[in-house]
Order: sequence, then structure tokens, then C-alpha cells
Amino acid sequence: MKPAAFDYIRCDSADEAVALLAEYGDDARVLAGGQSLMPMLNMRVAQTKMLLDISRAADLAVTRVADGVLSVRAAVTQAAVEWRPTLVDEVPLLAQAFPHLGHVQTRNRGTVCGSIAHADPSAELPLCLAMLGGEVVLRSRTDRRTLPAEQFFRGALSTARQPAEIVEEVRFPLARGGERYAYAEVAMRHGDFAIVGLAAAVSAAEIRIGVGGVADRPWIQRWPRLANDELDAALNQLAWDLGARDDLHASGAYRRHLVRTLGRKLIEELRR
Amino acid sequence: MKRFTRGVRHRIELTLNGLKRTGHCEPRMLLSDFLRQELGATGVHIGCEHGVCGACTVRINGIAQRSCLSLAVVAEGQDVRTVESLAGAEGSLSDLQTAFRRHHALQCGFCTAGILMSASEFLERWPEPTERQVREMLSGHLCRCTGYTPIVAAILAVAAERRKQQLER
Repeated sequence: MKPAAFDYIRCDSADEAVALLAEYGDDARVLAGGQSLMPMLNMRVAQTKMLLDISRAADLAVTRVADGVLSVRAAVTQAAVEWRPTLVDEVPLLAQAFPHLGHVQTRNRGTVCGSIAHADPSAELPLCLAMLGGEVVLRSRTDRRTLPAEQFFRGALSTARQPAEIVEEVRFPLARGGERYAYAEVAMRHGDFAIVGLAAAVSAAEIRIGVGGVADRPWIQRWPRLANDELDAALNQLAWDLGARDDLHASGAYRRHLVRTLGRKLIEELRR
Repeated sequence: MKRFTRGVRHRIELTLNGLKRTGHCEPRMLLSDFLRQELGATGVHIGCEHGVCGACTVRINGIAQRSCLSLAVVAEGQDVRTVESLAGAEGSLSDLQTAFRRHHALQCGFCTAGILMSASEFLERWPEPTERQVREMLSGHLCRCTGYTPIVAAILAVAAERRKQQLER
């Protein structure tokens, strides 16, 4: 349970980090809060020659609201966003999802961008980002590109990030007037990985539902307003489309059941 | 930028419980091991070493977090507080520690050091917590002795007592 040997560099800025990544590429791993990477290094599920610590890069410790989005840069902790007094008005879905994300003690250290970059299929933040149609800003030494969340997530723990890039910033669209949001999940214990995580948004025009923990990446489904019996059929179809499989934590059938029942509960709450 | 090479023991300085301390570590040394082995802070307990059990929780720059999910080199120059910082002069217990004893909030005591560090931060942030908030904070710690109920009672009692003292002031 101790990490294998690596070199460690503490970067003071994003410029330093991308310059080093240009040099080391795949041989380096970026360390921000380390709440996913450190357990993997400890258990030697992951090994690296070089650890690039960006947690003290001042230019990455920035959160701001502008142009209709809440943008969070790579060194900002989950707790720093969760405790924004204005979060519940800015991105209400995030405010509802945070309490499910690990524990207070891990949110105190873990970063928002780190969770997005890690891309665990059952993680809350990738689901919220995809659900809201957010963006990921990737930066290398020579280039900066912005990808919609749906193009960023490629599969379980797999993203469009290239070895020389850092996830510099993620952007969550602010709440839209007339749209209401809800989040729910089922896990073995509070703070564990979700067996199923569900996000819903309901407006006069459409219903959107996002599912985490079942497919290999966040799955977003859009429907026009549906009558009650149509909703059951649509949720059932969604439950099967996700291709749920049996694993140690839950059967595929139980996951389908959760998508149907939790989905209905969330949407009914939002319609009230 | 600062670089630490693998396989070499580097000299690291940090502030531990208010005192500047130095020790030596390779880049891969966990902060939890550094605190125990190099600095002698054996109040830091090590359970799972992957962030689940909470026994190794310390406060870094005031914020409660897992020392097994950090490295000594990451904590260089930071302000680290462990359970050793809670008691006053000549071992007089803090109000939090006293409440844990009074409410029988520990049996074997292995998890207690981490819980005390989380609770000390929690009560500063939420001076009037609800039981639900206390339980949510405690979800980041595993205790196999108490069933948690006496821990919740102890933390709520400290909050009530501090509030009372503030009103009387």
C-alpha cells in the first residue's frame, strides 16, 4: 500500500505544468487533489515516473462566474465550490450532487477538474457536467482547445485529453430560467461509488435525464414533455438502452430497476 | 518550480502543531508515514491507506483531510495539525476530548484521532450543526466499536456547550 518510486515536481503555474508535460508526456501524471490518483498509486493500480503537482499553481486556483457559466480551474477543490453561498442559485444541480461525492474530508482536498479528468463512470461531477452541456478546456504548451463534455468523455476512465494536455478548466452552464434540477443516487454506503446516479432537468419544453454508474460514461437522454404512461415506457427503454451489466456491487436487473424508479421519482418531483 | 528526485531522501520542513519541524523523505513517502516515522506524531493512525477509513485524518492549513492521500513533499512548508495538538498544557483535555470521554464515544480508540481532527474543523465551520450534518461528516470515518451514536452525541454536546458559553460571555 505504498506507491512505487517517482520523481516529483511542484509547479508554480500552469505554464510550468504544460512545459513539463510537453517534455514528459505519458511518463508523467498530473497531481491536483490526488483523491483518485493517490489511492491508485498507493495500491499500484497506477504507476508513474513523474508526478507533476499543480495544487499550488496560483493561476489555476480560480473560480469565476461570467458569460453564463461557472468556470472552475484545475487547482480548485470540490469543497471550495460546494461552499459558495451562491452555488444553489448558480448551478443548483451541483449543489444537490456534492453531498453524495465522497466525504467532507475528501472533498476538502479533491478538485473538481481532477474528478472530471479521472472520468469514473459512476462519478457525480462528470455526470453533472455532461447533463448541463458543460465544457472542458484542455491546454498544452502550444495550444488550448475547448470540448463539449459529450466529446470529452470517451469511456470508463478514458477521455479526449492528450498526454501533453492538462484539464485547465471546466465550465458548468448556469441555471436556465424555467428549468428545474434534481439529483439522486443509490450507493452501498453514503459517499461510496454510485450504483446508479441520476440527474434530471425539467422545463416547459423538455425532460432531460442523465445516468451515471451504468454505462461506461455519463448517458444523457432528452424527451419532449411526456404523459405519465409514456414516461414509464420511456424510462424502461432507457433502462435497457444503457446495457447494464452484473458486477460485484449490483446486478444489471437492479440497476435497470433503479433507473426506472429513481427516474420516475425525480421527474415527478420536478413536475410538481 | 521545485523538483525532488526518486530514491533520494530529501530534507523537508513543515509546521507540526505550531512548531517548525524537519525530516527526511523520498518523494513517494506518504504524509501519514512521514508524520509518524520522521516526526514521531504517532497519534496519526493508519488504517486502509486508500482514503476510506479516515483514521489518518489531519488538518493541513486548517482543513481536515486524509494524510494517507497526500505526500510529505506535497505538505512541505504547510501548517499540519494532528491529534497531539488538541490537549492543552500538561495533558489537560480539550472540550471535544472531554465530551468524547463523557459520552463514551470511543472504545478501542483507533479511529478516534481522525474523528477528533474532522470534528474540530467541522465545529469551527458549523458551530450549530444538526444531527444530520454531524452524521454526514462522520460518514468519512469508520468506527467498528461504538455504532457512532455516542460520537454524534458528544459532538452535539460540545456544540451546545460552546454556544452556551458564548451567550454567557
